[in-house]
Amino acid sequence: MNGPIEERRQHYLNVNYGLKSWLLTTDHKRIAWLYLIGVTFFFFVGGLFATLIRLELLTPQGDLVQAETYNKLFTMHGVTMIFFFLIPSIPAVLGNFLIPLMIGARDLAFPRLNLASWYIYILGGLFTLAAAAAGGVDTGWTFYTPYSSIYSNTHVALTVIGIFITGFSSILTGLNFIVTIHTMRAPGMTWFRLPLFVWAHYATSIIFILGTPVIAITLALVALERLFGLGIFNPELGGDPLLFQHLFWFYSHPAVYIMILPGMGVISELITCFSRKRVFGYDFIAFSSLAIAVLGFLVWGHHMFVSGQSVYASMIFSLLSMLVAIPSAVKVFNWTATLYKGSILFDAPMLYALGFIGLFTIGGLTGLFLATLGVDVHVHDTYFVIAHFHYIMVGSAVMAYLGGIHFWWPKMTGRKYPEPLARLAAVIIFLGFNLTISACRAATMSIRPSFRCST
Amino acid sequence: MSTLGFPLFPEQASTMAPRVDQLYFFLLVVSVFFATLILILIIAFAIKYRRRSDDEQPRPISGNLGLEILWTLVPLSLTLVMFVWGARLYFITFYPPSDALEINVVAKQWMWKVQHSEGRAEIDELHIPTGRPIKLIMTSQDVIHDFFVPAFRVKNDVLPGRYTTLWFEATKPGAYRLFCSQYCGTQHSGMIGYIIALEPAEFQAWLSGGATAVSMATAGENLFQKLGCVSCHAPNDTGRGPSLVGLLGKAVRLQSGASVTADEDYIRESILNPQAKIVAGYQPIMPTFKGLISEDGIMQIIAYLKSLKREEGAQVKK
Repeated sequence: MNGPIEERRQHYLNVNYGLKSWLLTTDHKRIAWLYLIGVTFFFFVGGLFATLIRLELLTPQGDLVQAETYNKLFTMHGVTMIFFFLIPSIPAVLGNFLIPLMIGARDLAFPRLNLASWYIYILGGLFTLAAAAAGGVDTGWTFYTPYSSIYSNTHVALTVIGIFITGFSSILTGLNFIVTIHTMRAPGMTWFRLPLFVWAHYATSIIFILGTPVIAITLALVALERLFGLGIFNPELGGDPLLFQHLFWFYSHPAVYIMILPGMGVISELITCFSRKRVFGYDFIAFSSLAIAVLGFLVWGHHMFVSGQSVYASMIFSLLSMLVAIPSAVKVFNWTATLYKGSILFDAPMLYALGFIGLFTIGGLTGLFLATLGVDVHVHDTYFVIAHFHYIMVGSAVMAYLGGIHFWWPKMTGRKYPEPLARLAAVIIFLGFNLTISACRAATMSIRPSFRCST
Repeated sequence: MSTLGFPLFPEQASTMAPRVDQLYFFLLVVSVFFATLILILIIAFAIKYRRRSDDEQPRPISGNLGLEILWTLVPLSLTLVMFVWGARLYFITFYPPSDALEINVVAKQWMWKVQHSEGRAEIDELHIPTGRPIKLIMTSQDVIHDFFVPAFRVKNDVLPGRYTTLWFEATKPGAYRLFCSQYCGTQHSGMIGYIIALEPAEFQAWLSGGATAVSMATAGENLFQKLGCVSCHAPNDTGRGPSLVGLLGKAVRLQSGASVTADEDYIRESILNPQAKIVAGYQPIMPTFKGLISEDGIMQIIAYLKSLKREEGAQVKK
């Protein structure tokens, strides 16, 4: 056997050792590992908050925690999961690792900037953790004014500063990806030969760059109003509380696509690999990613149908929200068609991918209920919305992330994960997710308004 | 409908409820159809095309333009139907009928304060007659709240610093739950109440019962005297300020040349921030009444100004 020779072969994991060689690395593959450690940590923190929420909700009384703590738990759950897990998860881990490899580049265009992004991300995370340790924040992850800017007496400023800082990490990562994809493709790697994973990250990067500055400024304004009494959102000082919602959702709706587009990219790779087929309708999947990124910027008002926004604005936003559903539907049909006459193997990544298609279909279809004005008036602010976005964020984005981690694990480590255990885990996660979130759905039409703890 | 003693669907108790539910079921049918279609296709393909041997090499298929067009256009036309249908319902919920009974609601952390024009006030309860459109004029004293009655299928946010409205018509007597559905702080979950719909005759009896209340218009008139509004805003245009008789609903010409409709929001702003919109031909001399008058008080003054409009109308008839 040629074992000993294999052992001596140099690769990114054994080229040098020691903490310093990792913390000062500019190798995109090692930085992906740093991110993997970061997002896994925050995934567990966010999961801990979620577990406490579910435990408290075993009974209607406030017996594990009281209302005040409960409100902090769901806020911290949302903040951690969205800003510190979901947004960086697939792009910063898998995207970082794979984009240069997929397009035949030696590294990302700006390797040191890439490392800086990670440090900025961790710094922002520390601020937010400090806010949690100091007593938490209770505004909901949406930070609606004037509650967040005036009335809440929890650690709003510390939390939003954390998110503000982390935003720069997203912007820099997006910039890095766009420049890399534009300038560093190997000869012959034309745009329409790019793997769909790269297309999805290209679309995501556009949102990173265009959207993130808006949320950063918006949250900075909340902090300014809170700390220095500037009248921006508080009507008492001549501000407008709805202005906050417009600015917040202008980022936070596209942010949904930041979380799901990379997942769609992963699924396009998994489905094709495990059915031994070319993807059905490559151009349509690639362009649907771009369509989602562009249209995604024009639908923020559908979060505000009952907020007091003008009736005509609501109508336009409803129509545009219907349109953004189409590219998603196109993707689902194309993935399904890819299975046709394939040679399908049910390894763990494929189980995640098939689970993704089913759960994303449900998440997407429930989105139509929310885009339909007359029905949204009724189901807005209820568990219907919670169930809808958990189908997208967990049922789809997390499933894609886990599927991708399994799929590229051998590439990242040189070892294969244990297949039977991994398949079992995929099935358990699929069933567990459905049991948790279906309970929300059952509560849906019985109308439990969201954010409710009966104390 | 219920599962495990848990109501699966809220009662239909307003004119809107069955219309919203119809659209809901249309959406449900479309969704179930597509979810089932995808599910069946995936399961069928997964079984039929499972890998039988390791050296299988399926023939590549790059796509099919006809199919792409089909599965773009079919969902597109269905979503357009949803859009038009949903927008029509929304349009209805946005514009209250002109004969609606107006009731004022002030929200605060964490209660609902209601006052009827006849003067009767209540907290966390709202008595209404059945068979008559009700228009709520709502504002908040602090943060954003949301007035949500599941059995009526209506909700709207209640904002500080402006008025929002909500209208509904109850179809049958009963007590229906009221929720605040916009998270508003620690006791948000306790910001709940009941809408009590009564037969019109019973409602009249309820309205005249209780402690002898002063009507909102009278309370507003008292405030109008007490705060000294009357010293400038004389009924005829002789005062230092414009006359307010018959003002509501009319167009007002401003110093800037622009023109605004004098609605509730305009009156409220003119009391709290008089310099914002100066009426053409008058000096900006009015002081702010911020801190001197509560949200409830402003609503009473508006009720008083509305009553002036009615009296004037009566005079014209004479």
